[in-house]
This record gives sequence, C-alpha cells and structure tokens, in this order.
Amino acid sequence: MHATPGHFMLEPAYDPNSGTGTGRDAIGLGRASGPGLDVRHGTLLTLEDINVSFDGFKALRDLTLYIGVGELRCIIGPNGAGKTTLMDVITGKTRPDSGQAFFGESLDLTEMSEVQIAQAGIGRKFQKPTVFEALSVFENLELAQNADKSVWASLRARLSGEQRERIEDVLTTIKLDASRQRPAGLLSHGQKQFLEIGMLLVQDPQLLLLDEPVAGMTDAETEFTAELFKGLAGKHSLMVVEHDMGFVGSIADHVTVLHQGHVLAEGSLEQVQADERVIEVYLGR
Amino acid sequence: MNQPLALTAAQKAGPRLTLAALGAVLAILVALPLLSLLPADNPLQVSAYTLTLVGKILCYAIVALALDLVWGYAGLLSLGHGLFFALGGYAMGMYLMRQTAGDGLPAFMGFLAWTELPWYWYGTSSFLWSMCLVVLAPGLLALVFGFFAFRSRIKGVYFSIMTQALTFAGMLLFFRNETGFGGNNGFTGFSTLLGFGITAPGTRAVLFLATVALLVISLALGWGLARSKFGRVLTALRDAENRLMFCGYDPRGYKLFVWVLSAVLCGLAGALYVPQVGIINPSEMAPTQSIEAAVWVALGGRGTLIGPLLGAGIVNGMKSWFTVAFPEYWLFFLGALFIIVTLFLPKGVIGLLRRKGEQ
Ligand SMILES: Nc1ncnc2c1ncn2[C@@H]1O[C@H](COP(=O)(O)OP(=O)(O)O)[C@@H](O)[C@H]1O
Ligand SMILES: [Mg+2]
Repeated sequence: MHATPGHFMLEPAYDPNSGTGTGRDAIGLGRASGPGLDVRHGTLLTLEDINVSFDGFKALRDLTLYIGVGELRCIIGPNGAGKTTLMDVITGKTRPDSGQAFFGESLDLTEMSEVQIAQAGIGRKFQKPTVFEALSVFENLELAQNADKSVWASLRARLSGEQRERIEDVLTTIKLDASRQRPAGLLSHGQKQFLEIGMLLVQDPQLLLLDEPVAGMTDAETEFTAELFKGLAGKHSLMVVEHDMGFVGSIADHVTVLHQGHVLAEGSLEQVQADERVIEVYLGR
Repeated sequence: MNQPLALTAAQKAGPRLTLAALGAVLAILVALPLLSLLPADNPLQVSAYTLTLVGKILCYAIVALALDLVWGYAGLLSLGHGLFFALGGYAMGMYLMRQTAGDGLPAFMGFLAWTELPWYWYGTSSFLWSMCLVVLAPGLLALVFGFFAFRSRIKGVYFSIMTQALTFAGMLLFFRNETGFGGNNGFTGFSTLLGFGITAPGTRAVLFLATVALLVISLALGWGLARSKFGRVLTALRDAENRLMFCGYDPRGYKLFVWVLSAVLCGLAGALYVPQVGIINPSEMAPTQSIEAAVWVALGGRGTLIGPLLGAGIVNGMKSWFTVAFPEYWLFFLGALFIIVTLFLPKGVIGLLRRKGEQ
C-alpha cells in the first residue's frame, strides 16, 4: 500500500510492462491483456503442486497443470472433482494453501488480486451464467470491453468508432444483434451463456477460462460454440470445463481428467477414454 | 401488433411529460422566495413559515438524492447519512455562532468556563474556511470510513449496520458538552450571515434560492453520472460485483468515489438547512433520522433520480401535517409506510407512475 501525490489509491494495478509502460497506478488502471507478457517457454499458465482445502476437505491435491500459448485444453471430471475450484485459484478467488501459480513466466497469480489478474489478461465465464441483468446486452459488452477501467476513465468514457464496431461484430457473432437493447436479465439461459462468451470476446484476454459453457444450450448452439472456440484457439489459450463428451471431442486436442482434486490422466480424448483409471472413475459410480 | 408502437409513443411522451413537470416545479420554486418578499397584506405573499418549511424539505430532498446515488445505483444502503448532513450543518453553525459572538467566545463555551477556542474552531469566523469545512468534514469522514469498509469488502446488511453505528457514535460524541459543539442544545440563536440578518426576508429568499440551485446541481450531477459509463459500472457493481471484478474493474475506487460524493452533497444540504431552520443539534444524527431518509428513497423509487425527491417531498409533507394533528403516531405511521412500500411498491411511487404512464 503506497500513495503518490494527488491520488489516493487502494492498490497498484498490475502492469506487466512496468518500467516501459505508463507506470500509472491509480485505482483500476492497467491493460486488460499484457502485450509484454513473458511466455518465453511457450507456457502461458503454470500450476505446480497446488493444494486447496476447505475446512480440512481437500478440494485440490498436488495439482500440476501447464497450459501452452494458443492451446485449447478441456478439463473433464466428475462433479466435485475440483474443476471450478481450479478456476477459482487461477482467477484469485481462492488462495491455494500451497503451490505455485504463474501466468507467463513472471506473474505470480497467488500474489495478485482478482482485479489485477483480470487486467493481466485472464478472463472467466462462470458455471452459472452471470451477466449484468439490469443493463442492456450492448451495455454488458461495453463494460466488459478491453479499455481503461479506472474511475476517472469511466467518468469521461465515450465509445470510439472502433470500439463500437468491435461490439457490433461480437453482437453479430453471438447472434444477439436483435436483442442489443434488451435488459440482459430478460434473456434466455442460452442467450445469457452467449452474452457471457461475448463479454469474454470483447474483453480479449490471453487466457479464457470457461466453466461449462454449453450447459443448457441446444445441439445447434453447442455446435456453433465449438466452432467459435476452435476459431479462438491459436490467438488465445482456452481452458474449457465441460461434461458433454461430444462437445469435448469436437474441440479438444488435449484433455485433462480431474478426480478428487488430482490430475488422473492427460492426453487426447481417445487416450484418456481408454485409460483404465478413468473408466473406473466414470463407470464405477 | 401495434402494441410496440404504442409503447414507444408512451416512452417518448414520458420524458417530455417529466421534463414539463420538472420545469413547472422549478418555476414555482423560483417564484416562492420572490413572492415571500411581497408586503404582508398582498394575497400572493408567501409566509416565512411556508418558505422555511419548503426550504427544509428541499434540503431533505438533496439528502434523498445523495442517498439514492449510493443505495439505488451502487447498492450500498447507508443508514448513517444523517451524520454527514449534520456535520455540514455543524460546520455552518460554527460560522454562525462566531458571527453571533463577535470577538468573544460562543455563549455555550462561557457556560463551560472555557477561555480559549478549541483548535478545531480556529478560522471558523471566516465564511470561506467554514464552507471548506462543510465539504471537508463529511467528505474526509466518508473517505476514511469508506476506505476501510470497502477495502475489507464489507457489504450488505453489515455495511448498513456499521453506518448506523457510526451516526449513533457521532450523536453520542456531540451530546457531550466537552466535545465543544454545544452539547444537547447544539447551536441556535443565530443573528447574522455574512453581516445580513438571518431572519431578514431577503436572506431567507437567497438561502432558499441557493437550496434550489444546489438541488438542481445535484440533479444534473446525478443525471450525468447515471448516463455515464461510471453509472453503468455502479449498476453492474450493485448486481454482480464479482463478475465486475473478473472484468477487470476494481469496485473499491468506484464505491469510494460515489460514497464521498454523496456525503459531500449531504454536508452541503446540511449547511443550507441550518441557517434556514435556525438550529442544529445532535438529534439530527439520531439513527431514526437516517432510517427516515432511507424511507424517502424507498417510497419515491430507488435507482431513479426523481423518485427520491418525490419521496422526500411526500413523507415530509405528511410529517409536517401529522406532527401537528397526531404527533405521537408519526413514527408508527412511518413504519407502516415503509412496510407498505416494501410489500406493494417495490419500485416506489415512480414505479407506480411509470406503470400508469405505460397503460
Ligand atoms: N467454498 C467452499 N467451501 C467448502 N467446500 C467447497 C467450496 N468450494 C468447493 N467446495 C468443495 O470442493 C469440491 C470441489 O468443488 P468444485 O470445484 O465446485 O467441483 P466441480 O466444479 O469439479 O464440480 C466439492 O466437494 C465442493 O463441495
Ligand atoms: Mg463446477
């Protein structure tokens, strides 16, 4: 906690380019994705020996996981395996009891706040779709958009032509063009899922965490989402938690199976589906 | 299939109607003080009593608007806004007491056998410094309180209880004679403001107009905020704070900004209230005062700009009648009103009017 004259602040924003960047550390200042993120070894996310326990119950046990730049990774596992908890750890919502979590080479996620992690370039879609219900679809996208998110900037913010275009593009992509002025609270469950995906698209993070994104979607919507995600991989890294094996099979080149807070198996979908232990966990229930 | 059309027509007529009504009210509010300057035998003359009553209600309306900014928009229910109002009032009162005392000490200090001004009274004979105090006292208190409350992520009912405790503590502190603010009597018996007689019709009229101006400025400010991206972030914060953080917004700065702004508006309203009403004492910090302000907002319709003004007007209008007709039942009535609004009018009077407008 420190202060610079003229501003009061609560916490410096995380600036991956400190030194080369503007170095402003007022409330909430910072970029949404760090163009200077150091990913020398091609690994975007590094989790090593992560342990999380709730009142003695071990939700994650010595979990180790690496996500490469541009990778699309699926995480599967029975209910209660710790998939959501894993995302909570990455986004700073839950602090691990022990273990290391790095974004790129140098950003220690265990030391950063939720806001700093989001600003550093990790976006998240929740298991239960959460959008800003009182705001319109358009406004939801406007708020999520990658921009200066400080108080002072918000007081003066006006959408530039480029930003507006980007929102329009995403509105078309998520097929909510016609509902742009509707309060998000009035959307159907599937539409909310898409809106939240759209919010991630405009936020433009380097790593997208998606918790059961196709739950409640029709087959056609699921298929469409699969195409969307495949289009994102490469430019972005994605970590998708999903139960729908058909969906997983259609998108993932790499699958991690989580069981009781531990990585049970890793590999292509065929490989893990052939794994004895995985079959036991899934069929033994 | 012409329902959407009818709807848009109503929506279009809505703002125009609102604007016309606002204009009419504003015209009346500007006319009132001018009419009060007429000779007493003129049938159009507005009495000092009426002018003071309306002026007082306008001050409360500013408090309601300020409270709505934090409650209706940002979802922070403060049950301690009376404290900020009173602090602004006390800062103005200090100046008025110094005006009355001239070169001597304010009378109540004489009763305490004090021979010197306490340090925090220094400079209060200056109108300018007192105006700074009007802003600084509530503003700094809100800043410090908000900083720690928001940093610790205190929300919901815990936040409300803390604000209530804060105003209660303030009241107890100001009740003590040793605190140096006149104890339970507070400040009264003012004589002049900037050299003008405080009860002179001209002074009253100017104070009234200043209150109207502050109300209009607050309204414009609230309108600007509500339409800005800042206002939308506040709404998002109210409904899904976690989601907002994962979008990269730090809620604390947003809360702190609107919280301090709201406190300062209350302080300014308090500063205009005191010379018009002629008294300030710790009862303004009583927990019920702040709760009453929440009732104004809830009744009028929170999350709107006009709603709280309506609410403050309706409740205080009724109160001034009730406290003459059946003084002992006012609090029961207020409680019943709150329950009725919560149960049947979740969107307040404004919600009711809007529904009527759409039909
Ligand atoms: N905040 C919490 N407090 C206590 N237990 C929790 C908490 N969050 C998760 N858990 C427990 O941790 C385990 C893993 O949960 P979760 O990560 O939600 O599983 P998944 O998303 O894989 O279904 C569950 O048994 C759950 O009950
Ligand atoms: Mg889950």
